[in-house]
Amino acid sequence: MIKFEQVSKTYPGGFRALERVSFHLEKGEMAFLTGHSGAGKSTLLKLISMIERPSIGNVFINGKNLNQISAKQVPFARRDIGMIFQSHRLLQEHSVFDNVALPLVIEGTYTQGEITKRVHAALDKVGLLSKVRLLPKYLSGGEQQRVGIARAVVNKPPLLLADEPTGNLDPELSKEIINVFEQFNDVGVSVLIATHDLGLIARMKNRSLTLKDGRMINDGLAVDDDSSSKGGIFL
Amino acid sequence: MSILFSKDSSGASSKSVNPLQKFMYFWIHNLRQIITSIGEIWRTPLASAMTIGVMGLSLTLPATLHIIVKNVQSINLEWDSASEISLFLNDGLSEQQISSAIRRLRSYDEIDQLRYISKDDAVAEFKSLSGFGEALDYLESNPLPASFIVTPTKFHKQADPAKALLAKLEKEREIDFGKLDIDWLARLNAIINMLEEAVITVALLLMISVVLIIGNTIRLSIISRKEEIEVMKLVGATESFIQRPFVYTGIWYGLMGGLVAFLIVTFVIWWMQSAIGEISGLYMADFHIEGLTFGEFGALMLIASGLGFTGAFWSVHRHVKEIEPDLD
Repeated sequence: MIKFEQVSKTYPGGFRALERVSFHLEKGEMAFLTGHSGAGKSTLLKLISMIERPSIGNVFINGKNLNQISAKQVPFARRDIGMIFQSHRLLQEHSVFDNVALPLVIEGTYTQGEITKRVHAALDKVGLLSKVRLLPKYLSGGEQQRVGIARAVVNKPPLLLADEPTGNLDPELSKEIINVFEQFNDVGVSVLIATHDLGLIARMKNRSLTLKDGRMINDGLAVDDDSSSKGGIFL
Repeated sequence: MSILFSKDSSGASSKSVNPLQKFMYFWIHNLRQIITSIGEIWRTPLASAMTIGVMGLSLTLPATLHIIVKNVQSINLEWDSASEISLFLNDGLSEQQISSAIRRLRSYDEIDQLRYISKDDAVAEFKSLSGFGEALDYLESNPLPASFIVTPTKFHKQADPAKALLAKLEKEREIDFGKLDIDWLARLNAIINMLEEAVITVALLLMISVVLIIGNTIRLSIISRKEEIEVMKLVGATESFIQRPFVYTGIWYGLMGGLVAFLIVTFVIWWMQSAIGEISGLYMADFHIEGLTFGEFGALMLIASGLGFTGAFWSVHRHVKEIEPDLD
């Protein structure tokens, strides 16, 4: 689903955020992307979501080289990727319904009835159907994050990217959020979650990719032994 | 319209629609954006009112100048008779000489109409108009000459051809001298031309300022919605999808500004009507200011909305592109 081939990213000014990163996330896989702040997690997600372009190397989604996608095509490509952010990024002046409906409205090929049906279905999956008419500010942090997830999945993208989705949540709420991701993964959606919440990763048995100083020091495949990964990576 | 997953059906579930449906959805969506973009104006009522007010006032000036030029021009047209040529005849011509002169002059191509005023007619006219008719009674003989009042054809009413015609007519042996009061007409024409130039210059300058005002208002509106634009870009909105509502807002500003200008102009005309009525009363002329016609109202609204569109389009193209989404 996601494939990096010797990808390096150097920002203007010379900061090298990623250095020759290669990995392959299979279709239907759910994985964590981890590492310290500044290790390159955000840059990696930005390359997948085409916010940034690689300096060297190729990024593939579903076998399609993102370098071949023009700036004009980027919006259409992004519709295939559901994105979830640490700060939720909900439109505060619009209701939960409007927020979740946004991707469908943008696509512009749905009737009002279809939009309503899909938004309700997405909110039902994250357990927030009862809050559909509220403004985001009346929701708790965990609920806002779930609205963000509903928005990301409303047009049923085959790939979900999440950037620190549990960053502001306590462990119990974090678990709830991850469970939501697991439910989507169960129906075949590929999920990549960037997080530095090591406790969370330890509780889950998913593959985890580790970045350090821009290099992928562990792509989660070579290491089977939990203890060795803990000892070796996070020093 | 899946880019990444075009080969298989595993892409985001974009609904497949036929071109006609797509066309319909596009217009339904546009209509919705047009309506919601009015809402954008209500969202910031004070700032919007100020923008619309400035636009209205900016458009009022050229519109008013246009009205002035138009009305002065209509005066010019009404005073066609001013370019009559008075030809005074030599004294002591016989009836036959006069009638042959009339025949000869009437055969001129340059002359549209010719009216003969005999010495007696002249006295009668003088008595009725001047108010010192009785003075003439004390004179032994009639001092007033007979005259022809010549109306040149349309072309020869213009300043230079009229002068040439006068010179030609003065060479006729029956004519003593002729008189053509053309200078004031030339001056009026020059003033009208100057006014027209002024209207165009002022209008152009104000239009530029209107475009800048709209552009700046839209820029502020874009900045205030930066967060929203970023989110929309992240979930796959195209540039044009994001830009369109702002452009519609610009057009609404234009239309409302145009309407304000129309109301002000109408009020100004109504206000001036009484003052002008007084002046024209003194000149014994029946003069009425002609306001904006329906066509001119349409043109004003078209120009105003065009300016709104231009300002918004320019601003949106510069500033929406500048906003690049980030993950946080």
